Amino acid sequence: MRRIAIVGAGLAGFSAGQELRRLGFDGDLTVIGAEPHRPYRRPPLSKEHLLGESDLSLRGADELGAAWRLGRAATGLDLERRAVLVGEAAIGFDGLVIATGLRAKSLPEGTALPGVHFLRGLDDARGLRREIEARPRTVVVGGGFIGSETAATLRGLGLEVTLISGRPVLRSALGAEVGAIAEAMHREHGVEVRTGRMAGVSGTGRVERVHLQDGGTVTADLVVAALGAEPETEWLRGTGLGDGDGVMVGADGLVAPGIAAAGDVARWPHPLHSGRTLRIEHYANAAEQGAHAARALLGGIGPYTPLPNFWSHLYGRRLQAVGFTGADCESRLVAQEPGHRFMAEYRHRGRLVGVAAAGFARAMPEYRQRIAQALAPVAETAEGPPDTGVVSGGPTSQRADERAG
Amino acid sequence: MKIRVDMAKCETHAQCVFAAPEAFSLDDDDELVYDANPDDALRAKIEQAVLACPVQAVFIEQG
Ligand SMILES: Cc1cc2nc3c(=O)[nH]c(=O)nc-3n(C[C@H](O)[C@H](O)[C@H](O)COP(=O)(O)OP(=O)(O)OC[C@H]3O[C@@H](n4cnc5c(N)ncnc54)[C@H](O)[C@@H]3O)c2cc1C
Ligand code: SF4
Repeated sequence: MRRIAIVGAGLAGFSAGQELRRLGFDGDLTVIGAEPHRPYRRPPLSKEHLLGESDLSLRGADELGAAWRLGRAATGLDLERRAVLVGEAAIGFDGLVIATGLRAKSLPEGTALPGVHFLRGLDDARGLRREIEARPRTVVVGGGFIGSETAATLRGLGLEVTLISGRPVLRSALGAEVGAIAEAMHREHGVEVRTGRMAGVSGTGRVERVHLQDGGTVTADLVVAALGAEPETEWLRGTGLGDGDGVMVGADGLVAPGIAAAGDVARWPHPLHSGRTLRIEHYANAAEQGAHAARALLGGIGPYTPLPNFWSHLYGRRLQAVGFTGADCESRLVAQEPGHRFMAEYRHRGRLVGVAAAGFARAMPEYRQRIAQALAPVAETAEGPPDTGVVSGGPTSQRADERAG
Repeated sequence: MKIRVDMAKCETHAQCVFAAPEAFSLDDDDELVYDANPDDALRAKIEQAVLACPVQAVFIEQG
């Protein structure tokens, strides 16, 4: 293998590149990225980065020895010629890593007024930050992690914030108990939490109101739409390699001969998940699976079987989760202390499959081991925990039925 | 190999502990403790820890 192309200059793509080099690949490496930026950390975008600009770039990009083609998206993949198409240009490859992540879901028609923002990339965060200076009355639509974090961050600046969520905040990702704690924290800090779905927005030249499906309206100078995200597979159209559900990776870590995929865009059969397929939209997974994709390309690895692991911020508290914590598991608070310190365990068929906590950092590594042990026999009997097939750290913590708002 | 953690930056996310438990752990006060000279055989795991740390606080020292 002399030429390897990586499409998507995010964490997963970068991790793949680093691992290729570590394993001794010294051929041509081309990284194609739609954004004009070198790989950077996305999680701060809904947290401290909304408060002020800081350097989010991932260290080591300069030492990768790659040709960076940034600022233009790959537009197609020619499997016969084995080339990635970027407009008129064709970049030939012997090996390919697909790491194009997710894109924010588009809004219902007629909602693209000025003042309505998404939050997925660095440029989105910058655009949002410029608006914040005018201290707008803000409506955040979507009660997943990104909506919840954004509401908390903007409220921390003293803005008037309403959080509209189709289901109780964070419930899809973390269950009813933890969701209720998160919601209580929002209320305590003065965020108005409303259960409902967005029907649309209106205003003259700029957003002025958000309309709910139940007929209610909320005044808004600024709307942050955190309604979910979907795998970025447009450029794979016609190849049969990807669809709205992501890019399917086999047990050998490959999508097709010489083609691997990693990160938010990748779906694969997970042995701890009854062998059913799963996508994990978490930062740590992008780092780990990127490296795995590199090893798969260079040949000979086993299946990828990570335990999901995620963190989120809420008013200075750090939420951490390990394993499977979806609303379809049975959750139980095992500790609750003043200051919103808590720990919840998640079980499926009586077996411990996940844990979520705030203020119990030290317990997490041990829990991780316990959960891995509890699930080990599951991998053999194919009786994994239930899930919707997406383990989300990103905006798609909402389920399909509430994505409409 | 030699590693260093910028403790001023560290937010005890424990991502490094997950990636390379042989080299990183949390003590009784939830403070990160780590082995500054981990075995070379751990390099792949340490590199994962460097990448996975949400605040980029883990450094591999050259030399
Ligand atoms: C606001 C926000 C907050 C988050 N907070 C957390 C958190 O607290 N904890 C956590 O664990 N996770 C968090 N996440 C999720 C985490 O950031 C992702 O799981 C991670 O970034 C996934 O990495 P990736 O490389 O797979 O995809 P991405 O980071 O999305 O990178 C994909 C890259 O591919 C590019 N691309 C797309 N299409 C093309 C194309 N056709 N051609 C070329 N390039 C293309 C994109 O522009 C992008 O740069 C957060 C995400 C967001 C958006
Ligand atoms: S991952 Fe980073 S922030 Fe977390 S404990 Fe390790 S060094 Fe500290």
